[in-house]
Amino acid sequence: MIKLLPRYVLSFVLLVFLQVFILNNIQFSGYINPYIYVLFILVLPFETPKWFLLIIAFTLGLTIDLFSSTVGMHSSATVVMAFFRPYVLKVISPRDGYESETLPQLRYYGASWFIRYSVILILIHHFFLFYIEVFRFTHFFATFARAVLSSIFTIILVLISQYFYRKDTRR
Amino acid sequence: MRSLLNFLLRIHFLLLFILIEVFSFTLLFNNNNFHKARFVNFTRQFAGNFYIKTTKLKQYLSLVEENKRLAEENNRLLNIIESTYKSDEIFFRSVNDTILNQRYQYTSARIINNSINKKHNFLTLNKGSQQGLRPEMAVVSNGNIVGVIKGVSRNYATVISVLNLDLRISAKVQKNGYFGSLNWKGEGYQTAILNEIPLHADIQRGDTIITSGFSTIFPEGILIGYIKDFEEKAGSFYEIDVELSTDFKRLNNVNVIGNLLQAERKKLEKQAEKND
Repeated sequence: MIKLLPRYVLSFVLLVFLQVFILNNIQFSGYINPYIYVLFILVLPFETPKWFLLIIAFTLGLTIDLFSSTVGMHSSATVVMAFFRPYVLKVISPRDGYESETLPQLRYYGASWFIRYSVILILIHHFFLFYIEVFRFTHFFATFARAVLSSIFTIILVLISQYFYRKDTRR
Repeated sequence: MRSLLNFLLRIHFLLLFILIEVFSFTLLFNNNNFHKARFVNFTRQFAGNFYIKTTKLKQYLSLVEENKRLAEENNRLLNIIESTYKSDEIFFRSVNDTILNQRYQYTSARIINNSINKKHNFLTLNKGSQQGLRPEMAVVSNGNIVGVIKGVSRNYATVISVLNLDLRISAKVQKNGYFGSLNWKGEGYQTAILNEIPLHADIQRGDTIITSGFSTIFPEGILIGYIKDFEEKAGSFYEIDVELSTDFKRLNNVNVIGNLLQAERKKLEKQAEKND
């Protein structure tokens, strides 16, 4: 566990930088706004204590918030996502459970499992985030479309990132 | 205590989640003006709606008291009008008695029994001698004639309704002052007959009939009704059908008018008769 720590710290910093300095400046046609930083929550080890999961999610969200001056918005969405992560993991677990020494990543459990896992959590996160952002139901379907389109882009980016991981984390 | 701790330990994940979410939202509302405004707006609207509903309910529940209060208020105002009006006339009076400063006194009462389908109809009021009601006081409703008090007990009074064959009221045509006597004809609670109007009086359908003020009971000018139809009767008088302005089927609150100078006037008139 402890040997993973530097890698996670590095990926935390990397993801925050990527999100804040590159992706936050990208807005395709006013609808699409991918949030890649959720990848950090997705790939945390299975054994992470639940309470630690929530705290680290809050920290991550707050960091993003501080850079985009939307204090509380990303943090609440990320915490919701972290809250659902254990239940999602339980629901889509493989028949013989998760093996030790593995991480919830594409290379351990295959593309179909990882896509299911990430799609569910990313949709939860994005819907929560976008509805918190507009904070009203008057433009329900416009918000819905934004959430769906952004989720698709985030999912694509998350899947691409999995192939990066595969290459540079070979043991 | 231990089981409580165990319980808290079991749901620590949910508790922590709620705690962090509440904290996040606090941050959100405190640091983002838009979200803060929306939140405040929402709570204010919610509370406002709630308060409006409860106020409506409260108002509805207190309607009885409100009505009573308004009736009493009306009385007080009528008393004030009457006393100021009378004090203008002060130099007509020879006796400078402050008790008699007021000529008519108004009291509100509620009708607790009413009939319209007999030949001799009576009403019952919820006030009696204890509240200052006496026989021969006039009963009106919103300035429309209702009847005359016939008898009082401690807390109740019976009223001879206009719809009573025994009651005759001195009435006049408002526009020219010809007066006659009004009497119910015994059928239909909406019409009465006005007799003794001379043929040379100029009357038309729709003319207003009011009390004449010649009797000691009714003050002048209380509305009785409107001329519905008229025909010549044998002799030199009209027989006029008067449509009563009072809806006797819907009476509820009435005012009782007491003539404070009634006794004095009666005494004088009796004396005059004696001297004849």
